[in-house]
Amino acid sequence: MDDILLIEEVERYLRGEMTKEERTLFETRRKNEAELDQLVVEHTYFLQGLQTYGSIKTFKHSLTEVESKLISEGLIGLSPLNGKAKIVYLWKKYKRNIAVAASIAAFISVLASGLIVSVTSKFGNENYRVLVDQINKTNREVNKLKSKNAIEKAGIPKPDVDFRATGFLIDRKGYLITNAHVISRMKNIYIENRRGEFFKAEALYSDKEVDLAILKITDTAFKPVSSLPYSIKKGNSELGEQFFTLGFPRNEIVYGEGYLSAESGSDGDSSAYQLNVSANPGNSGGPVINGNGEIIGIITAKDSKADGVVYAAKSKNIITLLEKLKKSDNQFQVIKTPNKTELKKLDRVHQVKKMEEYVFMVVGN
Amino acid sequence: METFEQEQILLKGLAASDKNSIELIYRDNFSSIQSFVLNNNGSVDDARDIFQEAMIVLYENAGKETFKLNCQIKTYIYSVCRRLWLKRLQHLGKFNNNLENIEDIMPVELEVEDHEKRNDNFNLMENAMSKIGEPCKSLLDAYYLQKKNMQELALEFGYTNADNAKTQKYKCLLRLKKIFFAQYKNT
Repeated sequence: MDDILLIEEVERYLRGEMTKEERTLFETRRKNEAELDQLVVEHTYFLQGLQTYGSIKTFKHSLTEVESKLISEGLIGLSPLNGKAKIVYLWKKYKRNIAVAASIAAFISVLASGLIVSVTSKFGNENYRVLVDQINKTNREVNKLKSKNAIEKAGIPKPDVDFRATGFLIDRKGYLITNAHVISRMKNIYIENRRGEFFKAEALYSDKEVDLAILKITDTAFKPVSSLPYSIKKGNSELGEQFFTLGFPRNEIVYGEGYLSAESGSDGDSSAYQLNVSANPGNSGGPVINGNGEIIGIITAKDSKADGVVYAAKSKNIITLLEKLKKSDNQFQVIKTPNKTELKKLDRVHQVKKMEEYVFMVVGN
Repeated sequence: METFEQEQILLKGLAASDKNSIELIYRDNFSSIQSFVLNNNGSVDDARDIFQEAMIVLYENAGKETFKLNCQIKTYIYSVCRRLWLKRLQHLGKFNNNLENIEDIMPVELEVEDHEKRNDNFNLMENAMSKIGEPCKSLLDAYYLQKKNMQELALEFGYTNADNAKTQKYKCLLRLKKIFFAQYKNT
């Protein structure tokens, strides 16, 4: 309480709100008490810092608004295309994928387990299991009953969904990353947040080779978030690096933690890591976050026979993919990936608390 | 090309965060900065980042009474962007020359350094703000940044009277200050 009275007095003094007598008295005290003098100096500095912070924040806000306007006009972000016609370029790029897809198709067999939806024999590893959860009819009915009691929500009414996995924001305006295999069997894609609100989304791009897809929430009910507290790591992560994951192996967000156990994925795949962490159907597309608050990977699959062997696409794939797309297609140029992490000095509980706002269920039918 | 008087008006507008002035400066300058960054190992995103930062440098200075722009806004922005970008490249290990040997078209080295110090402070304050939680954050924002008075605050935040709001506000301020200076000592 004394502290408060003292600070109040200092502020009145600094703002010139004191009467002449009060002021003289205060200044005499200041001369005699080194501590008070120190406090005045410190507080002046602090308030200046606060003012500067406020004005720059306002200015940054205006900058961003102007920037968005100019981006939508096409003034910002128009980098020259590289000569070749786009269709040719895409065909060349996918020629190999199409061939691979055709040969894989020949191998696909129906699996007994209802949990595991799709089996891709990536790089010849027959135990490679992607982690999309198939939702059965009973669950669906139960959820329907539950949702009847729900309070009024934003977004669209709860759709019937067959598959569930995870995705997270890479741009505050509603762009998400998930795995390509997550959406490969969905005709309609929805994003569900922790409050059980559904938003319609569409796939802007999906790349089976790196197993990444970019989604955009197209629903007008979705409000862009103010900023993302994490960044996306551009470089490689080290063996033994600790991390945590967030995902939806059930209808509720689930936390997991582990360490990076190998610098390559299944069968030496250099675009992925091997992780030691627990992951289950539904975890696909979930972020792998290190202690600094950097996304280092995206959970993609696990080895069905080995314990705790989980694979994740490296985060730098997101960056390279976006850079490539931005050069060839204007619609990607508005995507601005977060490059500052606010999670660095927080403890784990608070890191998770901040993160979970931006990790969503990706569901579809 | 703007006349000297037009540029002074633009600077005044910038100092007041006026969106029209910001937009005009963007239109006049962004594309040349973008080509510079793209030609020097950077991406469109890098160009946007660097340009925003240069705008903040100009904003910080335009607000000062002592600030006199001795060249065109265009030249100033280009110089600041160039220095900021080369610094970033050097930081990434992609540019090995000593920055002290770089001649600016306009001498902006000191201004860029000042800006970096202010930027560190900004980040510390932002971080401290993000840690104090609600309602503290909104309360301080409303009082110190939006300059609302105590009656308005009491009403908005549901305190029974202005005195209660005031006590709460000071409690929050002390907390913010503690967190702010604690990180200060750590860096």
